[in-house]
Amino acid sequence: MPRVVDLTRARSGGPLKLALPRGALWGDTLDVLDRIGVGTAELRSDSRSLVFESNGVTLVTMRPSDVPTYVEAGAADLGITGKDVLLEQPDRIVYEVLDLRYGACRMVLAGRAGDNALDEDERRLGAMRIATKYPRVAERHFEETGRRAEVIEVKGSVELAPLSGLADGIVDLVATGRTLAENGLEVREEIATCTARLIANRVSHKLRAEEVDDLVERLRPEGR
Amino acid sequence: MIHPTPPGTRDILPEEMRELRALEASLRAAFEAHGYGEVATPTIEYADVLRRGDERYANAAYRFFDERGDLLAMRSDMTIPIARLVSTRMQDEEPPFRLSYIARAYRAVNPQRGQMREFTQAGVELIGAPAPDGTAEVISVLSAALDAAGLTRAVVGLGDADLYGQLLVELGVQGEGRDRILDRLATHDLVGLELAVDEVQDLDSASRATLLALPGMRGGPEVLDHATELGGEAVERATGRLRATYRSLVGRGVADRVRLDLGLLRDLGYYTGAILEVYDPALGHILGGGGRYDSLLGRFGRDLPAAGFALYLERLHVAQTEEERQNGGTS
Repeated sequence: MPRVVDLTRARSGGPLKLALPRGALWGDTLDVLDRIGVGTAELRSDSRSLVFESNGVTLVTMRPSDVPTYVEAGAADLGITGKDVLLEQPDRIVYEVLDLRYGACRMVLAGRAGDNALDEDERRLGAMRIATKYPRVAERHFEETGRRAEVIEVKGSVELAPLSGLADGIVDLVATGRTLAENGLEVREEIATCTARLIANRVSHKLRAEEVDDLVERLRPEGR
Repeated sequence: MIHPTPPGTRDILPEEMRELRALEASLRAAFEAHGYGEVATPTIEYADVLRRGDERYANAAYRFFDERGDLLAMRSDMTIPIARLVSTRMQDEEPPFRLSYIARAYRAVNPQRGQMREFTQAGVELIGAPAPDGTAEVISVLSAALDAAGLTRAVVGLGDADLYGQLLVELGVQGEGRDRILDRLATHDLVGLELAVDEVQDLDSASRATLLALPGMRGGPEVLDHATELGGEAVERATGRLRATYRSLVGRGVADRVRLDLGLLRDLGYYTGAILEVYDPALGHILGGGGRYDSLLGRFGRDLPAAGFALYLERLHVAQTEEERQNGGTS
């Protein structure tokens, strides 16, 4: 049976779908949802399920770096992820609608404490050897500052690279700096400050404008 | 043995081809019914010709030399080739010209995300008919094409390409500050927009509020009233243009399909005035776009107002399939 075309021609399919990042932003994200009346008790108690329904919103949970993928494709209308993830995936076409301001971290260039291998590399070899989980951020940073770097992508603990001699420095996200210090590393340059961001699918932003704007206003941090 | 095709290209087998051809036939019939005759142009053009239309053609996906050493490029849309065609092949004929096409185009996109480097565009160009009626005619053909494709829920977003450029001139924002604000708008970075606006010196709070509020204004005709309340000559002129187009759309009975959107900004260099984007609720990507390009024909020596749209055929096909699935039927 053909479905009746609704008058607003709104994007179909019931509640808004919001992609949530498991990992470092998880706790703060759930707290923010609780504050705006989207209950998270189920998400807190059930670590196995991936999809939850709560107060008129469908919540889908995933790795932070997958959030832009789902939102760009429209598999989620909105998503929460770190600015670090967005910086690493600059060609994703999504609306970055809100700085949620929690989960603040710094993207930094770090080297071994008390060791000038980074400077020496640049002076004598013309390029620094840098290990990172953020190769595009790293390459862009060196390009923008007019330097060359040999950027080595790693997936796991990036601090291992300068300790084992794979690289002389790292580009990584730092919250407290404790992990750096424990591994004998120190911050040399600050590249960007990263906080949690709310992003929106391009079509949802247009076709479900009222609902999207309503959620944006509810999520907007106070004091601004 | 596996013999690959280049990234972003693919083969089409009979089952898909049958459906694509059926879709093309219904679009072609809609174009013809509105008096838009079909044209074809070469897939390859002189790079100089394409660059004359849009500086950014320097980034064409495929460029190569022919045996005489001339630099050629694969076209990345049909608008510029048709501007060339009208100013050379049709120079003795009287405008307006109503032309349509269903043709392949080529862009240097990242093929991992469903975007192909070789793709088919179906669209029209109306050359020699000024705003607002020319724009409204193009939108009504677009609406008929979407209906012909069975996408009755699809929506056309209508914005104004000159709004922010003129507004920033009016507010005295120039140089890097201006470029930064336009870049954040084009990349949909509303967080970055706020930072870019805050970096501008000597901007009064009303101007700041206008720059931050406009990109979020989208919806029915009431949007134009809300925008006008922000004040300023640039906003007044843009909403005036949009209001005139909207009135013409109401007269043609297609206004209910159009959502006004003051946040719209397309990334092609040649747009002036109205710009369009096409959305379908079943698909997360845009189905196509278009707008006015009143100064493009002049670059080829024949100064005529013009407007048009292009739909991505393969995405229309995906949207058709999704609509069928969501309606629970298989036709």
